[in-house]
Amino acid sequence: MSGAAVAAQPTAVPDEPLSRYALRLGDLSLILGQRLGEWVGHAPVLEEDLGLANVALDLIGQARLLLAYAGEVEGAGRTEDDLAFLRDPGDYLNPTLVEQPNGDFGETIVRQVLIDAFQLALYERLTSSANERLAAIAAKAVKETRYHLRYSSGWLVRLGDGTLESHARVQASLERLWRYTVELFEEDGLDRDMAARGVAPCLAEVRIAWSTSIDGILAEATLARPGELPYSWFGKRGEHSEHLGYILSDMQYLQRAHPGARW
Amino acid sequence: MNAPADAKSGTAVSGEWPLYEVFIRARGGLDHKHVGSLHATDARMAIEHARDLYTRREEGVSIWVVRSSDIAASDPRDAEALFEPARDKIYRHPTFYEIPDEVKTL
Repeated sequence: MSGAAVAAQPTAVPDEPLSRYALRLGDLSLILGQRLGEWVGHAPVLEEDLGLANVALDLIGQARLLLAYAGEVEGAGRTEDDLAFLRDPGDYLNPTLVEQPNGDFGETIVRQVLIDAFQLALYERLTSSANERLAAIAAKAVKETRYHLRYSSGWLVRLGDGTLESHARVQASLERLWRYTVELFEEDGLDRDMAARGVAPCLAEVRIAWSTSIDGILAEATLARPGELPYSWFGKRGEHSEHLGYILSDMQYLQRAHPGARW
Repeated sequence: MNAPADAKSGTAVSGEWPLYEVFIRARGGLDHKHVGSLHATDARMAIEHARDLYTRREEGVSIWVVRSSDIAASDPRDAEALFEPARDKIYRHPTFYEIPDEVKTL
């Protein structure tokens, strides 16, 4: 964006909770996009290499819009780049699920289905947010996310309802990753505040939509829904698994080593 | 093309994924045009791959895919018999009509 266009915008009123909420959404997309980007050059076939990269690019695009907005309403003059490249792990507010390692292709697909269905249920409701900026971002993102879920669920059905080997592997991945879905719907003060202001949907509603969608996909993929498992990470409050530090050291290396470096 | 292994046998399907030909309609009113080919396990995946490979820069509004093995093609060795007989039939071209002056946009 040109400097003139930035200057032309009215100065946003600082709103710390709104900034944190936008960061939660943006960090989810950013970290998941970064994770998917690790597949570039390593996917099982060329076509999937491009497929995963396309999803990653959509997610990075969402992250840019959301982080830029988070910076505006934070009111401290931080840009999307400052927020992406100069924060420490404890300042990241993405759910722990998206920072989990890619594993094999099947595990990446399981993680993707769980999060795509969540983003879809969330964005669909966010399009009618009282906050016009978030509503507009959601309207763009919801189309991308519909495709993401179509792509990931198609693969989960192929693998789940595939060979004995592929079925066993994605079922094991599902058991491994399921515990991290609890956090997505664990409402805290910020979630309640945003819902009360009409900015965000109520997470209990999102959970119902997600659950219905996931049950349908798992049934078609002949996979068993795991039981609820104990859980102790809350990435969205900044309490992350050990994986986030490694992701950030990769992602932030250039800006940390050469501050202000540009193309 | 090899038949896929039994879905529940647990044995890997040997060989490459089947080849699909991709046709893209650039915009409403135009024909679907052949743009290339790709590998996919099924038609749905072929459409998704086609979307990711061939419509990244808004090249299309509609995608057709067809298994390459389902296309019947003419044999290049038959070209003389198939196409040369048309060469001397110039009366098939609509170039012998007088066009009235009033017709401007033909």
